[in-house]
Amino acid sequence: MSSVHKGAFDSVRDWSHRLAPPWISQVLGRHKRLTLATLFLLALLLPLRADSYQVHILGYIGLFAMMGVGLNVVVGFAGLLDLGYVAFFAIGAYTYALLASPQFGLHIPFWFVIPVAVAIAALAGVLLGIPVLRMRGDYLAIVTLGFGEIIRLVLNNLDPVTRGPQGLSSIDRPSIPLISFTLDTPIHFYYLILIACVLSMFIAGRLENSRVGRAWVAMREDEDAAAAMGVDLIKYKLLAFAIGASFAGFGGVIFAARQGSIFPADFTLMVSINVLALVIIGGMGSIPGVVVGAIILVGLPEVLRDIQQFRMLVFGALLVAMMIFRPEGFISAARQRSEVQRIRELGSVKTTS
Amino acid sequence: MGLLEVEDIHVSYGNVRALKGISLAVNEGEIATLIGGNGAGKTTTLKTISGLLRPAQGLVRLGGERIDQVPPHKIVRMGISHCPEGRKVFHRMTVLENLEIGAFGRKNGATTREDIARVFDLFARLKDRQAQLAGTLSGGEQQMLAIGRALMAQPKVLLLDEPSMGLAPLMVETIFAIIRDINAQGTTILLVEQNALMALSVAHRGFVLQTGEIVLHDTADKLQTNETVRKAYLGEE
Repeated sequence: MSSVHKGAFDSVRDWSHRLAPPWISQVLGRHKRLTLATLFLLALLLPLRADSYQVHILGYIGLFAMMGVGLNVVVGFAGLLDLGYVAFFAIGAYTYALLASPQFGLHIPFWFVIPVAVAIAALAGVLLGIPVLRMRGDYLAIVTLGFGEIIRLVLNNLDPVTRGPQGLSSIDRPSIPLISFTLDTPIHFYYLILIACVLSMFIAGRLENSRVGRAWVAMREDEDAAAAMGVDLIKYKLLAFAIGASFAGFGGVIFAARQGSIFPADFTLMVSINVLALVIIGGMGSIPGVVVGAIILVGLPEVLRDIQQFRMLVFGALLVAMMIFRPEGFISAARQRSEVQRIRELGSVKTTS
Repeated sequence: MGLLEVEDIHVSYGNVRALKGISLAVNEGEIATLIGGNGAGKTTTLKTISGLLRPAQGLVRLGGERIDQVPPHKIVRMGISHCPEGRKVFHRMTVLENLEIGAFGRKNGATTREDIARVFDLFARLKDRQAQLAGTLSGGEQQMLAIGRALMAQPKVLLLDEPSMGLAPLMVETIFAIIRDINAQGTTILLVEQNALMALSVAHRGFVLQTGEIVLHDTADKLQTNETVRKAYLGEE
């Protein structure tokens, strides 16, 4: 292939590889613990040097990273293109808002609502999953897109419960019972989101290298072959939808608590598209990639506030450029690297002859 | 009574009737082959046995137990492993990962390493390429991997769909020699082939499938000398 003449894009592609590329993945792979610890420390200290508005944006990046990690399970690991992902974020947010606001006079503590909301979101994931079990690719994308819109429209029109477009307000701030400490500044929420993010990434990372992760990859590669290998397609598809949804549900609860008031307009198709875009830009299937994607897609528009009206143009251009120059994303999935390492650890498998 | 029995199965794709009531039995320890031209229903038969397709009528038994309504992942666990047409190895997984996923349906992961070693004994070339992505293997190596992956499930019956497809004659020889070895080690095999001559040379018994019906079945030796078979499938006048 290399003997084929170089196209106009090739030199730029080479250059882009030198700029970002394989070395980042390699460093991440070789000094994984150290890199992660450094990044975590950085994330821990970052808000101390930032003003309140910047911390708010950092929290926003964290929420999107969390959703990205969840969607990455569905799209990146299991290969199921889900365009209605915001629905689960909305379900999480509304669950908390309804259970902890003056709307019904309920004030259930934040920490109790989390498992409830996560379970409801996961259940919604299964309910979406069942009718789309036999669908792939474009068809799956269209149905999930419809699902996202249905949830938003229900929230917008179910006035007696959700107060429609007026949204729900005066949502309770989370408090830590024993020390009677209430989370109410951006910095408090930033640390809450950071913990949730780390937890999500840890779970997703463990899943990726588990038996379940293997089944997902096989399913993504070829459904028939996976089934012939003994992978229960129904079970693993529904599991992917449920787990992906639960991450978004968790994020939704924090979002509602942080905003204090939520509206159906917070949960548009654009959010789903943004999350999908950050997964693709970061590197499909790669968890560190999701973080990079979230920083670029959520952080960059804030930095570029002055040219706000060109935001979509920049998004579009960025996506197109990524597809051309780095189709595997900024940080490509770690599977292959870890595999080579594992073989080295295993030693060569001894043959008996 | 055979280890694997197919009784009067009918399978349709929409309005197209692919199998019009076929019956066959594979005895324990043998290589049985199902030969026939394009569109005869060979792959459909295998897919029905492994549960990827459901028969509209008829039944499939393994060791006397009905499996025609059992989902495919459970059939694998019961002892039927399907090596699909066109190999279908997982391209973006390494050779080793492909083999590991082959053992997915099994509960006893402890013996996986021994089985990998066994596959590497059969296919020495795979051992050298264990860290390589399966998509970068040659066609013959992919076929070896597909067979090895199917063996990882420790099947009682191995279903092989067109292992000679698209391979160089020398590679076909190699693959068929290995199929014979696998059988000699105790695995019962149902082999589907267009290359009838090759298939009958390794098989004990053969079934001839024509547009969804079994038109002939006999020992492989007799089929090899059968005039109809020779004319239709072995290219003799």
